[in-house]
Amino acid sequence: GGDSDGGSEELVLTPAQLIRSLEQAWLNEKFAPELLESKPEIIECVVEQLDHMEANLKRAKRGDLKVSIHRMEIERIRYVLSSYLRCRLVKIEKFFPHVLEKEKSRAEGEPSILSPEEFAFAKEYMANTEIYLKNVALKHMPPNLQKVALLKSVPRPNLDSFVFLRVLERQENILVEPETDEQREYAIDLEEGSQHLIRYKTVAPLVASGAVQLI
Amino acid sequence: YDRLLRIRALRWEYGSVLPNTIQFHMSAEEVEWFSRYKKSLATYMRSVGGEEGLDLTQDIKPPKSLYIEVRCLRDYGEFEIDDGTTVLLKKNSQHFLPRWKCEQLIRQGVLEHIL
Repeated sequence: GGDSDGGSEELVLTPAQLIRSLEQAWLNEKFAPELLESKPEIIECVVEQLDHMEANLKRAKRGDLKVSIHRMEIERIRYVLSSYLRCRLVKIEKFFPHVLEKEKSRAEGEPSILSPEEFAFAKEYMANTEIYLKNVALKHMPPNLQKVALLKSVPRPNLDSFVFLRVLERQENILVEPETDEQREYAIDLEEGSQHLIRYKTVAPLVASGAVQLI
Repeated sequence: YDRLLRIRALRWEYGSVLPNTIQFHMSAEEVEWFSRYKKSLATYMRSVGGEEGLDLTQDIKPPKSLYIEVRCLRDYGEFEIDDGTTVLLKKNSQHFLPRWKCEQLIRQGVLEHIL
């Protein structure tokens, strides 16, 4: 197990590397204020890995000490995977009109923030909520107010929120926006291994590329 | 909208069947929203984990140990665990069971985790 079979990925990851990728994606998703790129290759491989481990366990001798340890490992990995997917669902539901808008207006070749299944879920969530709002409130209002501007009324993710990060790949000349009107924007270098507290907006592309890890 | 968010939380807390006391307080439109939401969520979860799907409402907390001590809060009947043995869950009985089998029952209020 552990071979990457996502189709477009040519890398072959060891199980340990795969789990580390999952953990990195999980932490980034947890601490980023917006929904990050979907990682279907990682999810597919982790599910495969879990199935593989479960199958091994079924074949193992009862009472073998290794069984407990492997079981624990399976539970641990399953927890991280569930937590990661749950975190994404929460953000999808929280920001649903913006998430759908971003995905619909995505350029060809730009990475997706929603998997096909998440996209279907998001559309259903939007339709469901629109029906509810329409039946409960809007049909009692005059017709010209009925078209709910969901994009306006559902809050956007706050990209200005601060995040903690660790630098994985050295970066130079990152432009930081001023806090007050008196300051001017300035550039900083991010040394590998250093940790920072910085506005998410400034480092969003670095999170996407894997140059920094949110903690 | 706020009520909707709380109803959504109920699906994650109680499972896909809401207790009657809660349903009583919901309007028809809310019940409909809930029904559509849980269907949509089920479709998504099924699509994720291979053949059976991945139940995202399990594993809410990181696992600390494999087995946990639980007390049964009400009569539930027979409960099968992985190696084929069954356990009779009677009110006030205590058991030492695999954590992953108990999570759903704990949230439904059938079992209580003894710390």
